[in-house]
Amino acid sequence: MRHQFLLGLFLNLALFLNLALAANGAHAGATLDAVRAKGFVQCGVNQGLPGFSNADNKGVWRGLDVDVCRAVAAALFGDAAKVKYTPLSAKERLTALQSGEIDMLSRNTTWTLTRDAALGLNFAGVVYYDGQGFLVRKGMVKSARELDGAAVCVHTGTTSELNMADYFRKHDMKYTPVVFEKADEALHAYAAGRCDVVTTDRSQLYAQRIKLKDPEQHVVLGDVISKEPLAPVVRHGDDEWFDIVKWSLFAMINAEEMNISSDNVDTIKAKTEDPGVRRLLGLEGDKGKDLGLDNDWAYRIIKQVGNYSEIFERNLGSGSPLKMERGINALWNQGGILYAPPVR
Amino acid sequence: MNWLRNNLFNSPLNSLLTLASLGLLWLLLPPLVGWALVDADFHGSSRADCGSGGACWVFVINRLDQFLYGLYPLEQRWRVNCVLLAPLLFIVLARSRRAGRIRNWAAAIGLFIVVATWLLHGGWGLPVVETTRWGGLMLTLVVAAVGMACSLPLGILLALGRQSELPVVRAVCVAFIEFWRGVPLITVLFMASVMLPLFLPEGVSFDKLLRALIGVTLFESAYMAEVVRGGLQAIPRGQYEAAAAIGLGYWRRMGLVVLPQALRLVIPGIVNTFIALFKDTTLVLIIGLFDLLGMVQAAIADPAWLGYSVEGYVFAAAVFWLFCFGMSRYSQALEARLDQTTHERN
Repeated sequence: MRHQFLLGLFLNLALFLNLALAANGAHAGATLDAVRAKGFVQCGVNQGLPGFSNADNKGVWRGLDVDVCRAVAAALFGDAAKVKYTPLSAKERLTALQSGEIDMLSRNTTWTLTRDAALGLNFAGVVYYDGQGFLVRKGMVKSARELDGAAVCVHTGTTSELNMADYFRKHDMKYTPVVFEKADEALHAYAAGRCDVVTTDRSQLYAQRIKLKDPEQHVVLGDVISKEPLAPVVRHGDDEWFDIVKWSLFAMINAEEMNISSDNVDTIKAKTEDPGVRRLLGLEGDKGKDLGLDNDWAYRIIKQVGNYSEIFERNLGSGSPLKMERGINALWNQGGILYAPPVR
Repeated sequence: MNWLRNNLFNSPLNSLLTLASLGLLWLLLPPLVGWALVDADFHGSSRADCGSGGACWVFVINRLDQFLYGLYPLEQRWRVNCVLLAPLLFIVLARSRRAGRIRNWAAAIGLFIVVATWLLHGGWGLPVVETTRWGGLMLTLVVAAVGMACSLPLGILLALGRQSELPVVRAVCVAFIEFWRGVPLITVLFMASVMLPLFLPEGVSFDKLLRALIGVTLFESAYMAEVVRGGLQAIPRGQYEAAAAIGLGYWRRMGLVVLPQALRLVIPGIVNTFIALFKDTTLVLIIGLFDLLGMVQAAIADPAWLGYSVEGYVFAAAVFWLFCFGMSRYSQALEARLDQTTHERN
């Protein structure tokens, strides 16, 4: 417990220093220039989060967050492989970005006002709309409102801890927090019966459930107690770089909306008459040049990385062991809330 | 039979305890062996090959390369293997006639550090492998070896400094030792990983592994200093005075008379600190470095292998046990050998 306290103290100090740095660290174009000069994107990712960021048995990084890094590299350098990954723990991720150790952070990071405004960061669009939920043993409760008095396993240093406190206070319920450094430890404590509930983002709860001995005996409750829009992050001070990261993501979402995938992008490019598609693929207008890239930027993203549906299904959905549903992460015209501004 | 009666059943209480232990083993062993060996799966390439209900060693075998080398590029791994061969050279050196000279040892270790750094990191003709790609057992060994090799000399200097007659030297050493002993290692690592970059000007960044190595070394040297000081205090005053009486200067007095006796006394303490350091290396995973344990944790988060964390952790524990037990046995052998030579001389 003393460790926890000391860590907390250091982190507060770190956040304070961030403010001081954010005030004087701004000169335009610095990040983009540095990235171009060194020829690769240094991308901060999770050390290991199923479906979002993971080194496979060949040491190749894979996942939804990883594909965002690759999309930026494809747009900027024409080669999705020009990324170097820095695996980061939850606590050090924001300072790594602040101090310039990485160029962008794509590490299941929730977009909040404090992080956006006070910490000197910019969030570049939402990759995945997540929300905090509860994993319980089947038949224990039907709704999170019945969890009064429960022991809750949670891992520290994330917004999950704060959201849970808010939720229980708002509904005037008591709970005992059991805090862990890693999500896995929280799950094992739950499996061993040290707590009644595990709480974290629902995306992770599905992955956690597979790890339990008998996944069928556990359910993710329907309640979603928080909004967790996960977004790539860049630091203040380079708007051109911010734009490129943001539009690399938007290009993938727009491509899904226009039914352009890595398989059919060549045929579509050869014969399309649709003005929206022609603008995205750089056949009309100078959209890429406006971003400081060439007009083939979006074509390269789609060709090398894929559209949003492809990266989702490959990493989280039907093409992965997680078998996650699109849910609210479906496109806005298909029942979800995923929406990218138009390329025009 | 006689042995049994004398050692296990020599009183009613001991007989009871023996039976209870046997009962406990009977309860624990069969399920354990069943899980780890009988029902376990060894062959295959995916989780589909792990249906028998026992341990899924397929996962560990599949990821073994990664557990050993981390994300080090496949075609460059011979470089790591070369560095691992180096201890053989030291054994050759130890058996040669020049082994007695401290200067030879220092030169050999210095040369090894330069060559190993060049091989592992690259440059001068070899492709550079960033330290973010180092990992697995290799990283654990790098952190432990650097920590041990640097903290021992530093610790000896600090221990001598703490006993120095010069007040400034003494005060600095006491302050250093008490500061580093007063903070948890995890805080030191956090400081090195999270805080240090904020103090540096923008664009200047130290390698994260280097920062961790410096933190670990400083931390361990404070502990080492106290272990060595215990040995220094156990040497009778007469030895110091006798050494001074034959006209030796400070460094030769310490180097030739006091330290050889003091260090021999504290071998168990030094090895204890080394073993603790070896296990503490796992803390680097909290600053995003993939040591052996970190690599195991990353592998069990692979969607293709979700749910086989126990196998991964058992493997990591076994490797750590092997190394720590090895160190412990080596120190016992060393003590026995040194004891023997002492008696021969006496």
